[in-house]
Amino acid sequence: MTKTFSLGGIFPKKYKITSEIPSKDAGLPEYVYIPVKQHIGTPAKILVNKGDKVKVGTLLADADGVISADVHSSVSGEVIRIDETEAASGYFENMITIKVQGDEAEDYIDLSQTLCKEIPETPQEIIDKIRKAGVVGMGGAGYPTPIKDTIPQDKKIDILIINGIECEPWLTSDDRLMVEKAEEIVIGAKILNKLFGIQNAIIAIDENKLKAIDIISNITKRYVGVNVRVCKTKYPQGGEKQLISAITGREVPSGKLPMDIGCLVQNVGTVFAVYEAVMKNKPLYERYVTVSGDMCKTPQTFKVRIGTPISFLIDQCGGYDEKTAQIILGGPMMGNSIIHTQAPITKTSSGVLLLSNELSKRPTPTDCIRCGKCVDSCPMGLRPYLIGIYTRNNLLEELKSIHAQDCIECGCCAYICPARIPLLDFCKLAKIELKNKQGK
Amino acid sequence: MITILFSNVLIVGGIAFLSALMLYFISKKFSIKENPVLDKIEKSLPGANCGACGKAGCKNFALACIVSSREEFENLYCPVGGAETMQKVAKILGFKAPKKEPQVAVLKCNGTCDNAPIKLQFDKIISCRLANQISVGQTECPNGCLRLGDCVKVCKFGALKINEKTLIPEVDESKCTACGACARICPRGLFEIRAKGEGGKRVYVACNNKQKGALARKNCKAACIGCMKCAKICSQIQIKDNLSYIPSDVSAEKYGEELVKNCPTGAIILKNAQSKKEHS
Repeated sequence: MTKTFSLGGIFPKKYKITSEIPSKDAGLPEYVYIPVKQHIGTPAKILVNKGDKVKVGTLLADADGVISADVHSSVSGEVIRIDETEAASGYFENMITIKVQGDEAEDYIDLSQTLCKEIPETPQEIIDKIRKAGVVGMGGAGYPTPIKDTIPQDKKIDILIINGIECEPWLTSDDRLMVEKAEEIVIGAKILNKLFGIQNAIIAIDENKLKAIDIISNITKRYVGVNVRVCKTKYPQGGEKQLISAITGREVPSGKLPMDIGCLVQNVGTVFAVYEAVMKNKPLYERYVTVSGDMCKTPQTFKVRIGTPISFLIDQCGGYDEKTAQIILGGPMMGNSIIHTQAPITKTSSGVLLLSNELSKRPTPTDCIRCGKCVDSCPMGLRPYLIGIYTRNNLLEELKSIHAQDCIECGCCAYICPARIPLLDFCKLAKIELKNKQGK
Repeated sequence: MITILFSNVLIVGGIAFLSALMLYFISKKFSIKENPVLDKIEKSLPGANCGACGKAGCKNFALACIVSSREEFENLYCPVGGAETMQKVAKILGFKAPKKEPQVAVLKCNGTCDNAPIKLQFDKIISCRLANQISVGQTECPNGCLRLGDCVKVCKFGALKINEKTLIPEVDESKCTACGACARICPRGLFEIRAKGEGGKRVYVACNNKQKGALARKNCKAACIGCMKCAKICSQIQIKDNLSYIPSDVSAEKYGEELVKNCPTGAIILKNAQSKKEHS
């Protein structure tokens, strides 16, 4: 029986047109732009200087502070600029620009395709390797993995959930990764099992990824402690809290972490990065990115070096014309539209979507008709219409009392609203306001 | 029939009369004695409950006035009512009114349509604060006005409106009370509460862009590029992060015209330059 979360959810059209197309190596662009902050937390400290020669895997910036991650070079070449460069949002971020010359990797990286199955002995060894590789959560938030995986003494993990659910329409990067690197992911799950001292890893896949389910469940037969669970195709099934609810039936209390109820959720991309970090000493410098959308001429999933300009990928898919109204980085539900195609792919970018006016245009909102569809669809059990009203009138105390800060910004309410009220905007604004108030 | 009507009126009327009597005596017996001065002060305040004074509302401010000592009273100020109101309050309490220059909000951005052309279209974004979080904005200036009018919505005095030609908000000096609501809500901190200046004449830098000159100019013709020219004219002017700041004690009368003339981008604005001449 397929599992799903108990509250809310929607069924948007899938558009998974790239799921059958094998991934392609995007190749090397002329320049790469590597931001020093690709994760939540403090930006990494830059170690290189202008004019330095770097190789694939050279440490460019060192983790600074508790919540931070290392940043490595994804290409070999020369550092030509370390300065503020425009990111996808249009804001300027500190980036390292490297002119690509050849493709030479550092000696310590094992680039062979052979499977390694011998897991290091101690948890400390594993976590050190993950830290050295600069692995961050690749589902979108970019929380540094070594910190997430360091469990405090008083807490205990009894179930590890590996999130192979890609509930956003269009995106297929996790899907392709699971089909192409199935065994690596299963071994990655074993590594994390060892790290937490458990034998209970569950790879959750939604039911429309038949090929991935087939391949991974065949492999898990040979490995103890890793199982596959099939989940219903429903949005937002891939949300951390929704996935925990579907698999274990447990609920994460407001303001608490999954760790507090004995769960830990990792994206498949992260698990694959953990495998490469621990077994191959390979830092996180590559990821799978889907380039798709109704305005994309040849949609494709790419294996991309971090720092590759988005325009380089779009050009390989046939470019874009005037009909393209919006280019979105991430999924259509939660992603943001980008301003500069020159901006780089980072560790957390999962897709690039080229959408036409029909698909991306926001309709004109009308008045609320009190149908309650937003309440029914909210996977967190909130009341989006009320958040909208309170935000409009700036009633912060009331917003707090209806737990507006628990919103996961999935966008179900705005999607389902028959009056086309931008409820998600209000929820986001409410969260910004509550955060600002807390800061004061 | 008439007797029934008559008795009904009598009974209902009687109950009403008895209740009125009861209410009268109860209200007399349990009445709370309020300081009559409090009421007086509250009446002389603007009654906008805007919170500009730092108190929770006008009543709260009046209460603070009453309990304050002579020294403490000098720190209390209602920016909305201004000196006039404070004098009234002081008269009631028998204190001396604190002296404070009249202030006004100024917009530190001159990214009008002509200066900073629209490069991308927002698609029905509801608020500046949200837009600021997700994107750099229509003009691509990371520090400039987002033109979505959060300040207009928050202004209780109708002193702000978006100019349809320039697309940026305008401050109506006659209505602005310097309550600071706009300064608090603007996600990019573009409003500054400044002294109105002699005869309303004031000079300020209408830019908040902290990028280097070339980058700042790319998106906006009227950006401050931190060229230091103004700092040479008046030593009080400070340049920090490629951005000039003119303190409000720089005399607009003395330096105003020279500063405006010498600014290569037109980021320095002299307000009410003519008003002095009209008066004389």
